[in-house]
Amino acid sequence: MVKVVVDGIEVDVPPGSNVLQACEAAGKEVPRFCYHERLSVAGNCRMCLVEIEKAPPKPFASCAYPVNEGMVVHTDTKMVRDARRGVMEFLLINHPLDCPICDQGGECDLQDQAVGYGSDVSRYEENKRAVKDKYLGPLVKTVMTRCIHCTRCIRFSAEIAGTSEMGATARGETMEVGTYVEKALTSELSGNLIDICPVGALTSKPYAFVARPWELKKTDSIDVFDALGANIRIDARGPEVLRVLPRVNDDVNEEWLGDKSRFAIDGLKRRRLDTPWVRRNGKLEKASWADAFGAIAEKLHGLPGEKIGAVVGDLVDAEAILALKDLMGALGSENLDCRQDGAQVDRSRRDFYCFNSGVVGIEEADALLIIGSNPRRESPVLNARIKKRANLGGFPVAAIGATADLTYPCTWIGIGPETLTSLRTGSNAFADVLKNAKKPMIILGSSALARDDGAAVLAAAWALAASVGALSQEWHGFNVLQQAASRVGALDLGFVPGANGKGLGQMLGGEVDLLWLLGADELDTAKIGASTFVVYQGHHGDRGAARADVILPGAAYTEKNATYVNTEGRAQRGFAAIFPPGEARVDWRILRAFSEQIGRTLPYNDLDQLRAHLEAAHPAFGRIDAAPRFGCSDLTGPSGNPDAVSAVKFAATVANYYQTDPISRASATMQACTDTYVRPVAQAAE
Amino acid sequence: MAFLDRTARSLLLSELVSGLGLTLRAFFKPKVTINYPYEKGPISPRFKGEHALRRYPNGEERCIACKLCEAVCPAQAITIEAEPRDDGSRRTTRYDIDMTKCIYCGLCEEACPVDAIVEGPNFEFATETREELFYNKDKLLANGDRWEPEIARRLELDAPYR
Repeated sequence: MVKVVVDGIEVDVPPGSNVLQACEAAGKEVPRFCYHERLSVAGNCRMCLVEIEKAPPKPFASCAYPVNEGMVVHTDTKMVRDARRGVMEFLLINHPLDCPICDQGGECDLQDQAVGYGSDVSRYEENKRAVKDKYLGPLVKTVMTRCIHCTRCIRFSAEIAGTSEMGATARGETMEVGTYVEKALTSELSGNLIDICPVGALTSKPYAFVARPWELKKTDSIDVFDALGANIRIDARGPEVLRVLPRVNDDVNEEWLGDKSRFAIDGLKRRRLDTPWVRRNGKLEKASWADAFGAIAEKLHGLPGEKIGAVVGDLVDAEAILALKDLMGALGSENLDCRQDGAQVDRSRRDFYCFNSGVVGIEEADALLIIGSNPRRESPVLNARIKKRANLGGFPVAAIGATADLTYPCTWIGIGPETLTSLRTGSNAFADVLKNAKKPMIILGSSALARDDGAAVLAAAWALAASVGALSQEWHGFNVLQQAASRVGALDLGFVPGANGKGLGQMLGGEVDLLWLLGADELDTAKIGASTFVVYQGHHGDRGAARADVILPGAAYTEKNATYVNTEGRAQRGFAAIFPPGEARVDWRILRAFSEQIGRTLPYNDLDQLRAHLEAAHPAFGRIDAAPRFGCSDLTGPSGNPDAVSAVKFAATVANYYQTDPISRASATMQACTDTYVRPVAQAAE
Repeated sequence: MAFLDRTARSLLLSELVSGLGLTLRAFFKPKVTINYPYEKGPISPRFKGEHALRRYPNGEERCIACKLCEAVCPAQAITIEAEPRDDGSRRTTRYDIDMTKCIYCGLCEEACPVDAIVEGPNFEFATETREELFYNKDKLLANGDRWEPEIARRLELDAPYR
């Protein structure tokens, strides 16, 4: 550690830190625009000037100056104040004073720091420069005149997003930031440009002019659009969710958020189920809760347990899953399934379906094999973590499956599961890379399990991990990357067919007379038997609701206090930001009310009691926000036969990142993204 | 003695006479009452009356939906919703003032960076129903159109003191 004195406060900082970090460690605020903790240092805004004793008598840019032992730093001398005021005056020369019409107003670094460190009057009377706005796609709006050339967006796009699309052309006053050729940003993380831009040059297009930050009620929540469980903050005004921003959580999402999670929220206002519906004479009609419950109870009357089935969807919270499981248990049914994609899992041990290395573990790994997965599409923020590790070098990455641009160098060593066999036998060169690595890591995509030979692929991947030394007391290098936010929680709670239970395929095949779909929209509803009575409980009028005989309107993730378990097995809690629309109710309460109606009351009356039951069902629900990483002491593999893999190649996963669930399918913004990125309009030949 | 004094004063009706004297004096003083509504008293250029939304001389509405008036309003009487207009400029889709909540403090006018919302000289906007006092954007813009000459004069007179 290096000892540094900042304004008389002695602090110890790690060697290689810069002076700005030392100042922060001492609790001193240093203004900055270009410096960002998660990006490389540029040192071009000159706002973070400080004075250093026994050094040349000039202000130093603290973000780009390394600390030395015994360094004495002053952050609030006359020289520093004058220097900062001068820098601020220069920055404001070309920055338009259009704060009243700027969407960044109220949360603008330049605004705040101009008040804190700037002069109170302007001496500039010449013409300001004006820059033509750039087109960056349907998500990011630009007002390039406001740009102060901090280059954060350029560094973000190169270092985090990994697409290197932003850049600066020309220099000096004519310098312009943008994409060199006009095009929409292709990164799934482009929304983060809006957050890192310290001024209003890059703002959110769907949120343009909608609200001011001081009008919004902020609620902490958890993202459900992928299985990473990114920490988010929901900003709502009245009954509307207006935007979603990432919350800092270094263990999960750092401070990034995928575009779908950020921009699909306009889907929460469209196609919502806000009243119960009952199908009468082949047509769905609006009904009261009593009527809807009555219709289900009538159907249930005298129905044996094995004729009842339940499926939970991808966005469902753990509370609702447990309530539905308990309800089914009370009805004597073991026909449960949470795997709409038909993934084959072995839930005898948690290791077999979790991301055991942890997201943080990616940074420790020194070799990576990706099997049948496209992490960029399945979880862009997790992919950014891999990119972060890849940036440091010494990180060979290989992948098996359909080729894709993962934003970091990656060798495609095979297209099907037979490559797993060749790796295990050592005939593939990458096997040596994995064996020589200290902490080799294997990521198995959940869609690789949703195949006929899914169990074999799981066993083969585990066997490979065991054979290359990825499983040890200190390091667990076997990871399953789930795609559904509800999946790990549902597996933890055992929402899978019981000993004599029927799986999804049998339930759809007409072997049950009553099928309860809890937010399940990703299954092929055409397969459901014609005589099956379908109850759909969920928040969007999507595929499931279209087939349903009774619709029970539920709450979306922004409308309930809920627990989700992410792919690491980390239970996290979100809070309700707004109320469900109309007659819609929180899902577990619907199930509790229905259980009372049919005389099999579930044993919990409020959320605390339900959560106590959750904790009893699985210990993970007792350690909220924590995901302890365990080594692997038991090398016994999952139940499948690793040699029984087929030669069928892994299919490309997530064809359209922007529309994967009922909320994003209802979102106009996501439709615009789909039109822009997934189905590009044919260009006229020139 | 005191008894005699009191009795003499009552018998001579001295209090009545002095009272009538006061009335008589007021009778010859200049009148302070005016014949409202046919006559009206002078009001200061800073008078804070009924609100109006102003336009630029070319007819473009001034308000840019910055929401500073909404933020500063101590009575929370102002409600604004905004979205990009077809030409991409920032404009309100809704600008409501609940005149029954308004306390006529004038902070909205102080906060406005473009002199769009002003409190004009009009104080005669009593209505028969409460609902008529929930002003919307059309009403406020119409107010601005009607009162613009007086509002402009008033701003001009007050300008040296700002």
